[in-house]
This record gives sequence, C-alpha cells and structure tokens, in this order.
Amino acid sequence: MQELLTFTIIGLSTGAIYAVVASGLVVTYTTSGIFNLAHGATGMLSAFTYWQLRFDWDLPAPLALFITLFVLCPLFGIVTERFVMRGLQGTTEVVRLSVTVALFAFMIGLANWIWPNDASREAFLKFYEGNSISIGGFNVSWHRLITFGCAVVVAIILRIVLYKTRMGVAMRAVVDDRNLTELNGGRPDRVSMFAWGISASLAGLAGILLAGDQQLNIEPLVLLVINAYAAAIIGRLKSLPLTFLGAGLLGLLDAYYLMVSDESWFPQTAFGFSLSGVRSALPTIVLFIALLARPQSRLRVGTTKLREENRVPEWRTAIMGAVALVVVVVGISGMLTRSNTLLLLNGFTFAMVTLSLVPLTGYAGQMSLAPLTFAGLGAIAMSKLPGDGNLVTLVVAIAIVAIVGAIVALPALRLSGIYLALATAAFAVMVSKIVFNQRQTFQTGNITVPVLRIPFVTIDTPRARLILASVCFAILGLIVVAVRRSRLGRRLVALKDSPAAAATLGMSLTRTKLAAFAISAGIAACAGALAGDKVSPQQYEFTQSLPIVLLAVVGGVGSVAGALFGGLLLGGNSVLATIVPTVKNLTKIGPGTVGITLGRNPQGAAAQIGDSFRPLIEQPRLIAVSAAGAFGIWALDATDVISHWSFFVASVVWILAVSPNLPALTAAAPGRRVMAGAWLTVGLVIAAGVDWSTALDATGKRIILIIGLVALFGVGAQRVVENSPRVHSASPDLAGLDTNFSREDIELAEQKIGVVL
Amino acid sequence: MSTPPILELRNVRAGYGSIDVLHGVNLSIGRGEVVALLGPNGAGKSTTIKVISGLLRPSAGHLIVAGRDVTGASASALARAGLCTIPEGRGIFPNLTVRENLLMATFSGHKMSDIEERTYARFPRLGERRTQLAGTMSGGEQQMLSLARALATDPAILLLDELSMGLAPLIVAELYAQVAAIAAEGVSVLVVEQFARTVLGVADTAVLLAHGTVRMAGKASEIGDDVLAGAYLGS
Repeated sequence: MQELLTFTIIGLSTGAIYAVVASGLVVTYTTSGIFNLAHGATGMLSAFTYWQLRFDWDLPAPLALFITLFVLCPLFGIVTERFVMRGLQGTTEVVRLSVTVALFAFMIGLANWIWPNDASREAFLKFYEGNSISIGGFNVSWHRLITFGCAVVVAIILRIVLYKTRMGVAMRAVVDDRNLTELNGGRPDRVSMFAWGISASLAGLAGILLAGDQQLNIEPLVLLVINAYAAAIIGRLKSLPLTFLGAGLLGLLDAYYLMVSDESWFPQTAFGFSLSGVRSALPTIVLFIALLARPQSRLRVGTTKLREENRVPEWRTAIMGAVALVVVVVGISGMLTRSNTLLLLNGFTFAMVTLSLVPLTGYAGQMSLAPLTFAGLGAIAMSKLPGDGNLVTLVVAIAIVAIVGAIVALPALRLSGIYLALATAAFAVMVSKIVFNQRQTFQTGNITVPVLRIPFVTIDTPRARLILASVCFAILGLIVVAVRRSRLGRRLVALKDSPAAAATLGMSLTRTKLAAFAISAGIAACAGALAGDKVSPQQYEFTQSLPIVLLAVVGGVGSVAGALFGGLLLGGNSVLATIVPTVKNLTKIGPGTVGITLGRNPQGAAAQIGDSFRPLIEQPRLIAVSAAGAFGIWALDATDVISHWSFFVASVVWILAVSPNLPALTAAAPGRRVMAGAWLTVGLVIAAGVDWSTALDATGKRIILIIGLVALFGVGAQRVVENSPRVHSASPDLAGLDTNFSREDIELAEQKIGVVL
Repeated sequence: MSTPPILELRNVRAGYGSIDVLHGVNLSIGRGEVVALLGPNGAGKSTTIKVISGLLRPSAGHLIVAGRDVTGASASALARAGLCTIPEGRGIFPNLTVRENLLMATFSGHKMSDIEERTYARFPRLGERRTQLAGTMSGGEQQMLSLARALATDPAILLLDELSMGLAPLIVAELYAQVAAIAAEGVSVLVVEQFARTVLGVADTAVLLAHGTVRMAGKASEIGDDVLAGAYLGS
C-alpha cells in the first residue's frame, strides 16, 4: 500500500509534466493547425537558458524564471509564428510538419553549439533541492509538489484564458473560420502570435521542471516530450481536459509499470525476447493505441489551392539522368580520398532512404517519420538471412521488409495527415526500443551487414561500393519513375489529390495505401541492406529519421532528383563539417535553417534547380554539347593537365553556370550572345586555368570560391541574355484587346465555336 | 442624392491570381439605402462583397467609405470601423457556443451585456440556447445568430451575402423581415442574392452584375422579370 502511494505520487508528477507539454501542443494545433514537433526542443532550449541564467550567471531563481518563461519564451514563440509559421498557410500538411522538423533540428543544433555536450557544467538543481515533506509516511520532494502544482495552475489559467477572455475565444474562433474572425474585427495574426507565445512558455515550463527531475541533456529532454504526444492525442488535439486526463494516465502507467516490473513474478522475457525496452516504449505504445482509437477521419475532398505541383517524369529524362549519375560517379570516384569516398557513399545511402519517401510522401501524400526504421530492418534482414549477401538474399530481405511495411500500415490505414505521421513516429520508437535491442537483432550493439555479392564482380574497395550505391540509386530511381508512370502511380497521386474523389471512382484507398507503404519500406530496406559495413541501432533511431524526412522535403519529395539532392545535402552537410572546421557549428544548424525557408518554396530545391535545366533537356544537341564539355574537363584532369581541384571547380562552373544558360545563349540576339559567351568563357578559364590546389590552402575557401564563381558568371550571363525584365502579362481574358467586345462580336464568336443553339 | 454616398466602389478590378473577376465595377450606396446586388453565378457578386469587406484587395480602383479612401484596409480594421459583413454560408463559428459567438461581436466596440440583451430580445430562441454550440443549431437559428451581430452592433453598413442559401422559404421570409427592420433603423445595407425575387421587396435600388461589370442599376421596383431573365440567361 505504501509502495502504491509512492508510485502514484511519482506517476502523477510525471503526468503533470506531460500535461503541461501536451497542453502547449494543443494550443498551437488548435489555433494554427500546425502540429509542432519542435515543441519539445523549445522546452529543451528553455531549460538550458534557465540553467545559464540561474546557475551559470547566478541570477536569483524568480528573476531567472521570469526572464525565461515570461520574456524569452513568449518572444521566441512570437518570432516563430511571425517569421516561420505564418508563411505556411495553404501548404500541405507534409510541408508544415517538415518545417517544424526543421525548427527541431535548428534548435538542437543551436543548443549543441552554445552548450557543447562535452563541456562540464554546474549542476541543474531541483527547486528547493533537499526539501521534502511527508505525505502518508512517504517523503515527497518539494520539486514534485511544485511540478504537480504547476500543472494545476496551468490547467486553471488555460481554462480561464481560452473560455473566459475574448482573446481566448478568438483563438478558438480562428480555428473555425479565419476570415470570419477578421470580419468580426478580430486580428487572426495577433491571435496566432499570442497562441504561439503561450505555447512556448508552456514548453519552457515543462522543460525546466523536467531538467530538474532528469539531467540537463539535450536528447532525453527532447525525447521525453515526444511521450507527451500520446496525451495530446488522447485529448484529440483539441480537448484540454482530456489531454490532462491522458497525461495523468500516462504518468501513472509508467510509474506502476516500474513498480511491478521489479516483482519476481514479472516476466523478463517473452518468447525468448527481452522485455527490457518495453518501459521506455510505453508512451509510444499508448500513442499508437490512442491513434487507432480515433474515430475515422472524414475523407478529404481535393482542393486546387495547394502550392506544390510536380510534373510527371519523362522516361527520356529519367534514363538520361540515371546514366549521367553513374557516369559522373565513376568519373569522379577515382579522384576522391578514401574518407571523402566514404562520406559520399554515406550521402548515397541517405539518398536511397529519402527516395523511399518519394512514392509514399511525394506521390501518395502519406507522411512517414520512420524511413530509417525500415532501413534498419533491411540491414538486420540482410545480415541474418543465409546467403552471405548475395542477390537473392537482397531480394528476400527487401521483400520481407516490404511485407512488414504493409502489415504496419494496415492498422494505420484509417489515419491520415498528422495522425498517420505520429503513428509512424510511434512505430519507429517502438521498434528501436523493443526490436533493435534484442539479442536476436543487434546482439552486441553492432552487426556487420555483408557487402552485396554480384557474380563476376568483386566489390571490396570503398570506391567500388560507392559506384555500386550510385548504380543502385539509379535503378531504384528508375523503378520509382516506372511506378509513377504506371496505373498505380496515377492512383497514388489521386490518393493525395482527393481521397474522396478517388473513393467515389471506386478506387480502393486501402490497397493503394498498402502498396505505397510496401514500396516505400522496400526501398528503405534496400538502402539498409546495402550498408555493407558495421551498423549500430543508433543509426536507425527515430530522431535520425527526422533530418531525412526534412531534407527529402527540402530537396523536393515529389521527384527522384529531389531525393538525390536531399540525401546528398544531408551527406554533404557532414562533409562540410569535417573539411571546414570553422563552419562546423554552422553545419549543425544548417539543415534546420534550410528547412525553415520551406514555407516560401514548398516544392523543394531540386524542382527549382530542375526548372533552370528544363529548356536544356528539351534540346538533344545542347545536351550533347553540355556532356562533351564535362567530358573534356574530365579528360584534362585524367591526363594530368589540370589538378583535381581545378577539375572540380571547372566542372561545377560548367554544370551549374554554363549549361543552364546554353538554350538562352543560342536563342539570344547575336551581340548579346557574344557578350554572354565571352563572360562564361572567362569564368571557365579562371576556373580551370588556375591551380586551385595550390592557390588556395583550405577546402573551405575553395568551396566559397566555387559558389562565388557560379553566382558571378552563371547569374551574370543570365542577366545578359535575358535583356529585358519579365513583362507582367495582363489578365488572359484581356490580353491583346483594347476595346470591349460588342454584343455582335460575342454572337459572332459564339456562332464560330458553335455554342449557340 | 444630396448627402455623399456611405459606400462607393470606383472602377474596381479584382480577381484571384492572374484571373480578373471584376472588370471595373462602379457602385454606390447612399446613407440608409438598401441595395440589392443581383446577378447569375460567376457574375462577381461574392468577389464584390470580399472587396468591400476588405478580405480581397482590389488590383485597381478605389473603395471609399463615408468619403474616405480605404482601399487596402484590412478586414478587421473595416469591421471595427462599423462595417458588418455576414459572409456566404453561415456567418457563425460552429465550435463556439452562442454566447461566445456574441463575444466575438464585441470587437465592434460594444459591451457584451448590451449585445446579449439586444440579441435575446430580438431572438428569444438564441437566449434559450446561449450555452449550446452554434454548429449544432438548425440552419435558420444559425442564420439568426449571424444576423444578431448586425442587429446588436448597429453598424454603419451591413453586407449580406446569400442569406437564403440552403434555407426553407418560410425562414428566408422571416430573415428578410429582420433585414427590413435593420434597414428601418437607418443602416445602409448591401444584399447579395441569387434569387432576386426574395430580395427586391426589401431593396430600394437594384444593381445587376454580369461578367464582372455592372449591367444595370435602377429602382428595385422597376426591375421586371424580363430584365432579370435577360441578365440571368444571357439573351
């Protein structure tokens, strides 16, 4: 009985923290429709800030609390709303969620930068550390009581704010109808800012309470907040009382599990599998169940207002791209150092994982936060299956994981949007807590995935593995293009555009979603199975999946090129960190910063770059010129005329600055053609003529040089050939008309096109 | 008319993206006047309302309220200045209670107690349902609630967009009786209706909109069936 009381108190105080976190999530979700995955990171950052003020700078606790919770946190929330979230109106849920992932990555990077993990720090003390009172014979620390008290106060304040004040009612009104709120005289923008400010303060409070309870570490602070998702979902993302109830239950469940798991009768294994990870997976199990218990959401009717649109890939472009990719990788792989080869290889592995999101998220619009989980399963299957990594093993591994993917998707089928994303997040955490720590999977923490064995070819060097990875990416990319161009591909897109319309046409949404998940899981599994090296379970954790999802969306999740771009960018980011130590800290916040700008360009970067190459692709002659030029530069390097670095600089200038300008160059007026041509030639000569390996001593300087050259000569030439600024065309129904139609004109026109009865 | 019009559109062009819907609309409403804006589907009626209410910024032309050029003012600023818009569909917040819906009307600067008093006096049924979620009431009651905002905040101008949509004829007649009562208090009203007959009894002036321009403007009583048929059927 004594013990039960003890654990009840522990559970309730954990629940109190969950409640504070979850209520903040609910506040922003209900007012702006954005599920803030970065909410936990806000709390983490706030805990660090409080530590800085209170323990490092020795401010008195009330002052430090006031500055953190009532000045900095609201300010942070307001800035986030104003400069990040407001740009997201009219974008898809995928983009919105990705931007919060970006914010998440940004804040973790920032915390890592300001408060490095390895630095020794003053301890983060609990409130009134050491003080406790006795309740029913059990000593309860003041900190726990304060935690519990905070939750109660938050509950009361939120209730009053949301239901009794006009601002609170307006916050709820904005959710119902933004325009009508304005017509009533309310200011939705201010309302949203207010909501984000409150939410950030709530996250901050929870972060500080949690840091007193746990340690001041980034990971546990961020992750414990993920547990609060379950409470928010129990509250259906809108009901605060239910959210608090869910949080309490979650806390108690955790405490009671801890209590009974110590008992001798409690099983430590089941069917030969260890149950040690179950406790940490409990909140996500609850999350999964709570999601499944949600009432079926109504089918969404398509809208044409989405800001993203993607072209159907052409076979010609796809095949050319695939061949070019392999040729380029073969060409440059000989020049790379061993460590750079491994980094690029890593980039291709990431690219394959991001590719797995193209059919699922890009085409079918189903968000998954667990791509790496499937890659991990693929790696396990490849190493455990007999055959020591031959082609059959690979195919069987892919097939098994694809089936697992479909099975996992089965219960999640009735979910969509944010709920589906959270279900996949729950799945990812459950797998890494329960499956990946088994003796049967990652027994010693590491397993070796065998290198793929192909008849007549030995793949034993990093270079060979890199080429293999590029070939595999090219093949998978072509498969994804084939899927998109098939009947199934059209169904996937229909599922994204308008589930309601697709269903009324008699299309089976269930089968289409299952197919999307299976294909995606299969591709991710392939990426994992081709790891060809030692892998650890940490590589496949949920938090590692988030940057992948983010960069897939940044690159452009609707296209294969976007996946490649995103994957290489993620790989390249770590390359940049190793070769340019001065920007190491910048690379920590790099992916986040890139992602935050998504609101302005939801289609992704690859689509933008692709647009500049599109005129080129339509002219085979110019493609030949472009390819010949690249080959020529490579030949100069291969014959040792120029150094590797000059080759690298020149080829980037050729590909990014010269090639996209070729179509405009051939079409321009003769005078301008000569001018632009001369300008580009100067750029090329500088790029190839100078021996950059000796002229500049640091890789960082060379990279800055490349960016400068591309901008100077590429954009410069573009300015020259596009002699006039773009003309804003008038409304299409007015174009070219200087007088209004007369009745006779209209009748004549109607007769011509035969609309008159 | 001797006094300057309370609301005027001068050569307003507006649209969505690159497509223009209004090609130079001129319209004026005198003080205390009830103007019916008529026209077939796609004529630009709702777009006109959006421009006047401030939800849509015109690409050219001017919006003038009480002699002042307010082109580009935000919807909430116009609303607080005394422009009351009841948008198409139901002008209510379905997930707020009746009382909370009325609280939203206090942005106009009126006291909550006054608004409640006047609303419940005019629509006793809303008084009985003050703690009910607005979205769970019948269509007619919802439309009463949206009209309550116009009644209780005595605006300078009232814009009504398709009040009758999806309602039984009897209820429509009842609602228009309320509109007539509001107009009788001296409020200038612009009513948009697709069903012209229901509104011409209330209106002083009628403006016929087609293809984004004003086809005809005149006394409501002078608009006959043949004119309407011509405008709607395009003959």
